[in-house]
Amino acid sequence: MTFDASEQEGRRGALPPWLKRLGSLFITLVVTLFGLLLVTFMIGRVVPIDPVLAAVGDRASASTYHKVYLALGLDKPIWEQFLIYVNQVLHGNLGESVLTSRPVLEDIGTVFPATLELSTVAILIGTLVGIPAGVLAAVRQGRLSDQVVRVLGLVGYSAPIFWLGLLGLLLFYAKLGWVSGPGRLDVGYQFSVDRITGLMLVDTALEGQWDAFWNAVSHIILPASLLGYYSMAYISRMTRSFMLQELGQEYIITARVKGVSERRIIWGHALRNAAVPLVTVVALSYGNLLQGAVLTETIFAWPGLGMYLTNSLGSADMNAVLGSTLVIGAAFVALNLLSDVLYTFLDPRVRRQQ
Amino acid sequence: MTPLLEVEDLRVSFPTRHGRTEVVRGVSFSLGRERLAIVGESGSGKSQTGRAILGLTPPPGKATAARLNFEGQDLRNATPKQWRDLRGRRISLVMQDPKFSLNPVMTIGRQLMEAATRTSQTRAEAKDHALAMLEAVQIRDPLRVFKAYPHELSGGMGQRAMIAMMLIPEPDLLIADEPTSALDVTVQIEVLRILDRLVTDRGMGLIFISHDLRLVSSFCDRVLVMYAGKVVEELRASNLAQAQHPYTQGLFNCLPKIEGGIRPLPTLQRDAEWAR
Repeated sequence: MTFDASEQEGRRGALPPWLKRLGSLFITLVVTLFGLLLVTFMIGRVVPIDPVLAAVGDRASASTYHKVYLALGLDKPIWEQFLIYVNQVLHGNLGESVLTSRPVLEDIGTVFPATLELSTVAILIGTLVGIPAGVLAAVRQGRLSDQVVRVLGLVGYSAPIFWLGLLGLLLFYAKLGWVSGPGRLDVGYQFSVDRITGLMLVDTALEGQWDAFWNAVSHIILPASLLGYYSMAYISRMTRSFMLQELGQEYIITARVKGVSERRIIWGHALRNAAVPLVTVVALSYGNLLQGAVLTETIFAWPGLGMYLTNSLGSADMNAVLGSTLVIGAAFVALNLLSDVLYTFLDPRVRRQQ
Repeated sequence: MTPLLEVEDLRVSFPTRHGRTEVVRGVSFSLGRERLAIVGESGSGKSQTGRAILGLTPPPGKATAARLNFEGQDLRNATPKQWRDLRGRRISLVMQDPKFSLNPVMTIGRQLMEAATRTSQTRAEAKDHALAMLEAVQIRDPLRVFKAYPHELSGGMGQRAMIAMMLIPEPDLLIADEPTSALDVTVQIEVLRILDRLVTDRGMGLIFISHDLRLVSSFCDRVLVMYAGKVVEELRASNLAQAQHPYTQGLFNCLPKIEGGIRPLPTLQRDAEWAR
């Protein structure tokens, strides 16, 4: 029997496996974030935007220009500039936004929760609809329900999202009045909700303002469904192919021979195995949403990261652009770590190898 | 007395680009509480014969038969519910490689319990039954194996767990589809011995599917030799040396003997006539 290599190592007096795992996760995190900083720093040097000019404006005198040039440390060697940059970032200083003349970190603190809220609701919709739809398509392969899921997915995948968004607004907001229009809240509620987490649904619920809560729901439901539809299309296709693969495995025959019910075979045996690669698919979709869906945020006047990033790019606000990029990168790293952790829960084979 | 299993003119076909291809072409046999071996080379249809008896011909394949009776019950038009009752309790199947036939993300215990809870009243009783069964396949530390995941067991251990799982409901018929082919030679004998004892003790019928004629002749009562989807010869295992069909003779003669002698070993000479 090949029992548990980690146990033997434990006997040899090495570190306990969970600590080793945590350590390796930490090292991965540090290395990845360092790489991320290097990339954003390089982008900042490569783009043809003069950071001094962006800060002082083109009518400043030569002496002002030179003062700011020195203040920004641009006379120092490039590696020293990089160290200064890393040092600043580690102290939570992402510079000041030229556009809003507020610290970039503060700006991101305001816009990121809006994107986080929208993406989270969207990925929940995408997952809760996409996985069952994919399972159904796999189980009824080649039949009508499979075709329906395929066509719905194809439409979701290929229709431009701004077009669907406009149609959705026209139909559900303007014509039918089922949902609220652009923005996160009606104007009437906008100043009555105190900011706790920045997530409207959470804040209103915490404060017990249920009117405002339902108002926020009616605002988020359309853009979130739209983005959710988009990720649903991808998730359902992937679920279908993973499920088909698992349903063809021999352990499914074993379960059938044991007389296990078809429902348990599908949801307990096959999906339980398909869940392992699905974690990555869902995490990647979520990561894509967290970058801020620029078009969706624009159409729905959603003050999120995508909109902030676009505005900053338009006005060459490099501090804001680099800061946002850094936050998006960090979100990706965090999601990857999370899916790594989920892997160990879902797949016993990974658990033992660590 | 009605035989345990009656099969008459069993045919299994799969659609291909050139129309339906039959992989089992009219197999007939009947089985009491005895050990029947089905022997043949890869693709001879022996595994599909076993699957068809369990109603597990993989779609889009189709199985038909003039007669397919299990203890007098006609299996040809069994409902899904009837199949579930049969499969869980009366007929079982052990497959070749425990690496694939056990669910990798479930503990052995949970997989055993799926079989055990169907025949036991309470969960505690089911667990006792499962552990007792693990002991019956000569696993020394049943509780440890019960808690283990399939990848933590060796091949022989996994196959024993598989046999335990399939024998929990005390079926009347066990189909063993190359149950030892994926195992080391030394482990093979051990697993066979366990299987042998359990089948004898419980008085089950056994269909032993294999490509190993020698192994089968020492282990079974009767041998069906299949070639290209047909039974070309049926004979008592003890009379294997007196086989009439040239294919059986060929299979028998192309095995090396420990006393040496024949050199080079004869290869199988096929005759298109056999497949007719």
